[in-house]
Amino acid sequence: MDILALEAKNANVADAEKKPTPKPKAKQPKKAKRIVYFEVEILDLKTKEKLLLLDKVEPTATVLDIKALFHKSYPKWYPARQSLRLDPKTKSLRDEEVLQTLPVGTTASFYFSDLGPQLTWGTVFLAESVGPLVLYLMFYFRLPFIYSPKYDFTSSKHWVVHLACMCHSFHYIKRILETLFVHRISHGTMPLRNIFKNCGYYWCSAAWMAYYINHPLYTTPLYGQQQVNAGLYIFLFCQVGNFSIHVVLRNLKQPGSKVKKIPYPTRNPFTWIFWLVSCPNYTYELGSWIGFTVMTQCVPVALFTLVAFIQMTVWAKGKHRSYLKEFRDYPTLRSSILPFIV
Amino acid sequence: MASSEEDGTVEEKENNNKKRTKSALTTAWLTFYNIAMTAGWLVLAMAMLRFYIKKGTHKGLYRSIARTLKFFQTFALVEVGHCAIGIVRTSVIVTGVQVCSRIFMVWLVASSIRQIQNEESVILFLVVWTVTEITRYSYYTFKLLNHLPYFVKWARYNFFIVLYPLGVIGELLSIYAALPFVRRSGMYSMRLPNKYNVSFDYYYCLIIVMLSYIPLFPQLYFHMLRQRRRVLHGEVIVEKDD
Repeated sequence: MDILALEAKNANVADAEKKPTPKPKAKQPKKAKRIVYFEVEILDLKTKEKLLLLDKVEPTATVLDIKALFHKSYPKWYPARQSLRLDPKTKSLRDEEVLQTLPVGTTASFYFSDLGPQLTWGTVFLAESVGPLVLYLMFYFRLPFIYSPKYDFTSSKHWVVHLACMCHSFHYIKRILETLFVHRISHGTMPLRNIFKNCGYYWCSAAWMAYYINHPLYTTPLYGQQQVNAGLYIFLFCQVGNFSIHVVLRNLKQPGSKVKKIPYPTRNPFTWIFWLVSCPNYTYELGSWIGFTVMTQCVPVALFTLVAFIQMTVWAKGKHRSYLKEFRDYPTLRSSILPFIV
Repeated sequence: MASSEEDGTVEEKENNNKKRTKSALTTAWLTFYNIAMTAGWLVLAMAMLRFYIKKGTHKGLYRSIARTLKFFQTFALVEVGHCAIGIVRTSVIVTGVQVCSRIFMVWLVASSIRQIQNEESVILFLVVWTVTEITRYSYYTFKLLNHLPYFVKWARYNFFIVLYPLGVIGELLSIYAALPFVRRSGMYSMRLPNKYNVSFDYYYCLIIVMLSYIPLFPQLYFHMLRQRRRVLHGEVIVEKDD
């Protein structure tokens, strides 16, 4: 909720800076122009019953301000949970929309629907990352009831198993730290049920991979140390790359500003991939998992990598499309996730 | 200005013609498909009846119709394609789940585990499937020909109330009967250690499949009940066919 509040405050500050019309408290009695106040009524989307009538709403109020006022009367529905529409068939209004720019008369009607309990993206990201970290370690240390009792608390005799644990843990610790300190999350929230879906998938996948890699009957890679080293180098290279891209994306956006910018390569060689790809963070993520697959030679890891590839390609294509829509001069050489391929 | 406007309307007419010809081709294919499937399942029904009347027992019945069943049930995969391209307005996932569960039962349970082929539960779900599919495909056929007798519509939206649960019982009992044979033979399973570092136990997979009926069956059943209410009692409302 902190990120939300911070963004909301900044949005209001930015708004006040933009509009030249003074706030009523600072109204000069000499100004001849009168502010036309709006009347806002909020109706339930399904039942159409009148939930709230607000009179004397400023024309410069944003949708978020109206949501805040609605929240005062209905404490259960905090702003992140509200969806306000002008018409039952149209899309939800964005928080930044200003009342006087909307196609309404001086009496505006909004349809309200409840989006259900919401969680910030940050919370969900953290939950998604902490689970795999902890679960993998449980398998690595061979806690009781996982494998045969004679193996409890034993340690694998294969070097690659220790290496895999270090890599896997490093990956998720990095992800947790990035969520806390690097990422600037622009979307506010997501519905509560998503956390069960997402966490369920990440946690079960991590457990499934960890079970086989840390199994007493684990078979080391076919090509031995060469294969393990190759996998490791790919993994590390892509982890550094992934981090570099996250830093570039963070520096792209000033806190609170909603201006969108095209990301470009910087002096860091790991960012030069921006010449060829719109979403190199996904490219590097895919690379990391391919490296991990090669290093562990484990089918569950390969399947997880495949699913991750499909999902990230979908996300990358969406992001690429929105870049193309937003910017006329978007570099034409770029693909969404794999250079020249997709 | 005027000439460009004209071009616009000419283009529109061409597009409309394209849509209409596409619809005709689509309707022709769908009609053919549904007639073929109705015929196929009728053939199956006849074969089953003939066998039972001739032999007086259901032992060996599955073996005698296995090939035909495999052919027509597998061919139903085409329906997933229909939803994917959009010529049939149903969810790809719902159709996919239903067809896959059927194919799973036919290829991976009934056909591959010979010891259960003489079980009564197998005959149960075969009979249920046959009646359901004949009703369903003939409903689609008549609908496409714009000549739907009320009885067919009534059957399609009422038979399932009894047939769905009976079919589920038949399927679950069959899988349950197969479990000991799967365990003993270790079929479709892979053990550690192996160079792929993966293991798969078909026995537990079957148990998970049985458990998955618990969340999935009610969803499909209530989906059909909702459809039924709309179609049979919501005549006044003009709604999109699901």
